[in-house]
Amino acid sequence: MNMALRQIGAVLRLEWKKTLLSKRGWWIYLLALGPVALTLFHWLIEIERPVSAIRHSLGDDSTGYAALFQFFFLRGAIFFGCVGIFNNLFRGEMLEKTLHYYYLTPMRRELLVAGKYLAGLGTALVLFVGSAALSFFFIGRHFGLAYSNYIWHGPGLAQLGWYCSAAALACAGYGAVFLMCGLRYGNPMIPAAVVYVWENLNPFLPSLLQKISVIHYLKALCPVEVPVPPPLNVMVVDTDATPAWIAVFGLLAVTVLLLGYSALTARDGEISYGE
Amino acid sequence: MTPNLVTFSNVSRFYGEVLGINKVNLSIPPGITSLVGPNGSGKTTLMNLMAGLLRPTQGEISVLGVPPHEPQRLGRILGYCTQFDAYPKGLTGFQFIYSFLLLHGMSDAEAHRRTVAALERVNMTEAAGRHVAAYSKGMRQRIKLAQAIAHEPQVLILDEPLNGLDPMARAETIALFSQWGAAGRHVIVSSHILHEVDRISDQVILLSHGYVVAEGQIQGVRSEVKEQPMQILVRCDRPADLAARLFEQNHVVEAKIQGDGRNLLLRTRDADSFYLLLNRVVLDSGLEVESIAPADDDVNSVYQYLIGGEGGTV
Repeated sequence: MNMALRQIGAVLRLEWKKTLLSKRGWWIYLLALGPVALTLFHWLIEIERPVSAIRHSLGDDSTGYAALFQFFFLRGAIFFGCVGIFNNLFRGEMLEKTLHYYYLTPMRRELLVAGKYLAGLGTALVLFVGSAALSFFFIGRHFGLAYSNYIWHGPGLAQLGWYCSAAALACAGYGAVFLMCGLRYGNPMIPAAVVYVWENLNPFLPSLLQKISVIHYLKALCPVEVPVPPPLNVMVVDTDATPAWIAVFGLLAVTVLLLGYSALTARDGEISYGE
Repeated sequence: MTPNLVTFSNVSRFYGEVLGINKVNLSIPPGITSLVGPNGSGKTTLMNLMAGLLRPTQGEISVLGVPPHEPQRLGRILGYCTQFDAYPKGLTGFQFIYSFLLLHGMSDAEAHRRTVAALERVNMTEAAGRHVAAYSKGMRQRIKLAQAIAHEPQVLILDEPLNGLDPMARAETIALFSQWGAAGRHVIVSSHILHEVDRISDQVILLSHGYVVAEGQIQGVRSEVKEQPMQILVRCDRPADLAARLFEQNHVVEAKIQGDGRNLLLRTRDADSFYLLLNRVVLDSGLEVESIAPADDDVNSVYQYLIGGEGGTV
């Protein structure tokens, strides 16, 4: 096997060994499991009733899931989950004074960045794409055959594909942002907070500024639109929908640029544990 | 760049406005080289610069022709047992070394073989299955040493490697350094246990306040310290007669009879003249000399002369 691939593989193995199911990440697992538990609970309650007694439609559940995805997953769980996972890839090692373990190996720092990013991305994808998919399966499960038909013979499967793609791209994009923050800043929580405020102000910004954000492109990938409730709806600035292919390639391009910048930062990096 | 030397060319490193090391020029040949100096003198900075963990503010460093900012080349020829006492979480001693070797790009089988060999060399085979977090200080020190030597580097840097080791482990570790040095490798070691460093060092680098105060073989460094008379211990049958002859010489500043009355400790500003005189006395008066040895050409004495303070703990 190619040396670089072997080294990246070694980083992946080590990172997963250290971080998967570690006690420190309990809140990230809760964030990922929260919607699964919520939709499972919803299914278990509604399944007790006959279909005729259910007071909402499959369409309501579809919109409900869209809202859960856009407001909880994209703006909450994935955002903060990526803060927790990717900020710590380098910053956490600095705080624990273990980064020299990697820096003393004959590995290009660019490969180290790639390996750590892939390890974080793998974890984030398993947690959040898995959670989004499971939640999607649970939310309308109580409609029984109708929901099965919705998924397998209706728009459900395509919607699920888009939700999973959006979640995966969110992990990739936010992951690259927070990996860079963890490498570049002594306290990466400050830039993370700035990014959070910016992303959440997004709908209220002028249309040009809206395009300088990750959430703008992720929203464009969501298959079901969520109406903004009053009074916030009057403050929302409408902007032209971004075509899906631009959103996908745009996010991937930004991700690659940020990773390139992180690689350059790591190449010039020093071990300074503040002693 | 000289391929078989570790060289520093006018290297300075500042931490903001604080001086780490300043204008250091060094050429370190193979063998065991000791870095000696008080806390804050720049020993660890010098080592971190060699290992590429820090970048020089100015100047150039070459480790056997490899610049430290090329980790993909440096990591293959350099092993570093750092002072950092922190380890990746959840790893056993075996995994600590094995993962490190996998990061080198080695195959599973090769990494496994080298891990077993490294653990054997530091007598940690039995404890290899335990988590590093559960190790004693001495065991952690040994597992770090195993990590540093596992890939058989040409340059081995050791920052206070004897800390926390019991006397037996210390002796074994020193023997390991000696083997590596004798094999033509570079072993660069900082230790505050000067008498142990003294026993094994081929050369010494004395640092103070970020400057290199002296470097070279310890006897050579000692002979350069002209303002401090050399101490020489002579064991002979008539030390009083010898002392009387010596006091006729201007270069002899002190002579003391010690111990069982057969030892003469003298201090001279000109050792060469003393040895010539001694030959004459032996020929003229039939003085029987049992032994003769310099008494202050060790690291501890040189440290005291050049840097001051007690050399026992630096």
